[in-house]
Amino acid sequence: MPCDQTQTQLHGYLDGELDALSAASFEKHLETCTDCKQSLAAEESLHRSIQQAGLYERAPESLRISLLGNSKQQAAVRSFPGARLSPWRWLAVAAVLLLAVFIGWRQLQSGRGPGNAQLMAASFVDAHLRSLQPGHLTDVQSTDQHTVKPWFDGRIDFAPPVRDFANEGFPLVGGRLDVAGGKTVAALVYSRREHIINVFVEKAPSESYWNGSGESQGYHWLTWQQNGFSFCAVSDVAPVDLDQLQQLFLAK
Amino acid sequence: MNVLEGEDRARFEATVLPHLDAAFNLARWLLRNRTDAEDVTQDAVFRAFRAFGTYRSGNARAWLLQIVRNTCFTWLRQNRMAAEFMEFDETTMPQESENPETLALAGSDREQLTRALETLPESFREILVLRELEGCSYKEIAEITSRPIGTVMSALARGRAQLRNSLSQPASKEARRAV
Repeated sequence: MPCDQTQTQLHGYLDGELDALSAASFEKHLETCTDCKQSLAAEESLHRSIQQAGLYERAPESLRISLLGNSKQQAAVRSFPGARLSPWRWLAVAAVLLLAVFIGWRQLQSGRGPGNAQLMAASFVDAHLRSLQPGHLTDVQSTDQHTVKPWFDGRIDFAPPVRDFANEGFPLVGGRLDVAGGKTVAALVYSRREHIINVFVEKAPSESYWNGSGESQGYHWLTWQQNGFSFCAVSDVAPVDLDQLQQLFLAK
Repeated sequence: MNVLEGEDRARFEATVLPHLDAAFNLARWLLRNRTDAEDVTQDAVFRAFRAFGTYRSGNARAWLLQIVRNTCFTWLRQNRMAAEFMEFDETTMPQESENPETLALAGSDREQLTRALETLPESFREILVLRELEGCSYKEIAEITSRPIGTVMSALARGRAQLRNSLSQPASKEARRAV
């Protein structure tokens, strides 16, 4: 016979929907009720399985393009009755893709020598800008580092150091995979007073040039190396905020 | 048709379209098919676009997901046999499993979870998708599904129990109840 609290409190507790008082009293109840303890373990295990299975399916690019095309098209039709912009839009998309491929190729060709720190930073700033496009910010959206970290398992060949700094004013928003400078990198997303900070993490290249800070297209970037990883933080927050976030990483 | 003015259109793109992934994901799980989900999401976004005049402020994601959900159910009603449209029904719910500790889920992979989730009744599936995949609060789920919070909570508990049940059963025994 299941305990009453299993039915009434457990899911609210699991989902963080209980107020502090009820949560505390349920935790106290958990200490003595093996029934609830078992049920909670089973629910947590299910929750983990669902989170790790990657069941979230993002909108296909074709849908995004057809919707954005469509609402823009309506505007165009109003300004120029009868005008059909579709083929031109496709040409524009093709041109942008070609340019992106060309830039990527150029960066691969030029390698990652000491002179290329600026270029590398620019590719991270581009990745940051891309992430701010609707729906591109996170692949896994969670403020829980224990959800975000395992998400990277099997998706990238290293385990990025994921930490939540909510108490220090940099709450974790989520993570995603990104490509910068021709390499797949882990992107950790933090927020800072309504601003978004992307922290790109990759395995450190053998060269040691990859340190510094600067500004590109109005965005600040700051790079450092730690424990065999290269970090590049990019945001429109003040450089002092990026320094502070760097210190939080280095302190752990 | 009510064509929005330029300013509203930009506002629509800025406030509603960021939730396109959420819209598509919900449609995909309700319809159990990506192609249908793409069509229905597009339809739902157009509906939202036309109804945007009635949207004032607040939770744009919940507002859009409510439209997506209703569009999905209309589509399902029109495109599938009535028998498949399972509404919330207490009598069809299986009993809570007696041995929660046997329900080791470590081996559950994506395919198995997908199948288990897809065979849940729609009323449970939508609430689980909103909670587990979309991370909606109970209040948001209540708003999206037009159900009282108490119903959301009990459906969530029952949906999870049923999901664990079907995961703990061998795949062959797992009758495709909702198909």
